Amino acid sequence: MEPTISFFSGFTPNDLLFLGEAALRTLWISVLSISIGTVLGVFFGWILFEGKWAAALTVAPVLDIFRSVPLIIQLVLFYNFAPIVGLNLDPFASGVVILTIYTAALVANVARGGIEAVGTPMRRAARSLGMSYWQDLRHVVLPIGGRAVFPAWVGVALGVMKDSALVSVLGYVELLKASQILITRTQEPFLILSIAGAFYFALSYPISRYAASLEKRWAQ
Amino acid sequence: MIQIRDLHKYFGTLHVLKGIDLDVDKGEVLSVIGASGSGKSTLLYCINGLEPIQQGSVEVDGTDVHAKGTDINKLRQQLGMVFQQWNSFPHLTALENVALAPKIVKGKSKAEAREIAAQQLKHVGLGEKLDVYPSALSGGQQQRLAIARALAMEPEYMLFDEATSALDPELVGEVLETMRMLAEEGMTMICVTHEMGFARDVSDRVAFFHQGVMEEIGPPAQIFGDAQSEHTRKFLANVR
Repeated sequence: MEPTISFFSGFTPNDLLFLGEAALRTLWISVLSISIGTVLGVFFGWILFEGKWAAALTVAPVLDIFRSVPLIIQLVLFYNFAPIVGLNLDPFASGVVILTIYTAALVANVARGGIEAVGTPMRRAARSLGMSYWQDLRHVVLPIGGRAVFPAWVGVALGVMKDSALVSVLGYVELLKASQILITRTQEPFLILSIAGAFYFALSYPISRYAASLEKRWAQ
Repeated sequence: MIQIRDLHKYFGTLHVLKGIDLDVDKGEVLSVIGASGSGKSTLLYCINGLEPIQQGSVEVDGTDVHAKGTDINKLRQQLGMVFQQWNSFPHLTALENVALAPKIVKGKSKAEAREIAAQQLKHVGLGEKLDVYPSALSGGQQQRLAIARALAMEPEYMLFDEATSALDPELVGEVLETMRMLAEEGMTMICVTHEMGFARDVSDRVAFFHQGVMEEIGPPAQIFGDAQSEHTRKFLANVR
């Protein structure tokens, strides 16, 4: 008898390692995009707040585009058209760029809300003590406004982490892409998607727990 | 000395202050009374440069508040201000609230700033509340915290903008008591207030504002006993 070639094979402990590694990639691309995107977003939020109509005509529409167009379209467009202008980015870098801009667009509005939440009377009180504009921003607006919109920011961060799954369409082997590869081989979608889901949960849950404990501490 | 000359202030087309001339001497306590919208709070904001002015001048110890080259942040250290809303920094303890500005504005060391803060909080009767967050303080205590915060910058002048208006009636007394104490210590004060008792008992002079004009200014005995202006008499008859 000729030995049969096996196209499919069952789920092995090694595959778990493969998924774990992919989960780390998801974590890495998310951490990068969320941190850079948050810094940019806070800056844009400040421009939206201070820029008045000038910002409303320039920055705001651009941010609106990135907020409104589905992420998967942004990723595919950027990955395929960036080389035309001479930007040869690999899937990972493309993913980071788009996720960062996407995060920044979402955080900008959160940040503007934070600045608004502090209010003019509080800021005047700070300035009346002799604080400069920047000292007021750093020592009064940032901590007070930051706490006010922290839950909203956590929502954005968790959302972006889950949305990073879309970078799989560019071929970057993060958690979702890794699951698809394993499903193709093992034909066990239920098991593998459950494990992948558990990994996403394991990444998100500590963040939301930590955020909740921070909020509780601040509420004192 | 604070010298105000022909001060005009507009909010858009609204003419809020219509040519104010006023001198406040060192050590003087001036109360400013008048109906809501008469421009008395705006006057304070113009004195420490929180609101720009359209005409005239405000000088504090010879420095023009609204001149281009003036270091307004430095000048404001001379002008402590207490607001109607106390605006405590909610993320900081009472001690940190008071220590923040000495530390970052005056560049005091952390230990020094905390010492100043503790001293000022004791001064206003909050010596027991150093490590308490503002949310655990009553309105009256928060307003005294705001006074301590302003005093920690060692200002030459204190501006009070209706410091007791937002307080529950039973908390007004403790704040007025603190203001009275400052007056007795010789602090120069401009108090925009609705507390006629305070204006009468504590001030050296009382100014009555009516629709953006300083109608009348004089010793409390004159304003409360023998007002020259019809508007002053009418206002006082209504608030009493």
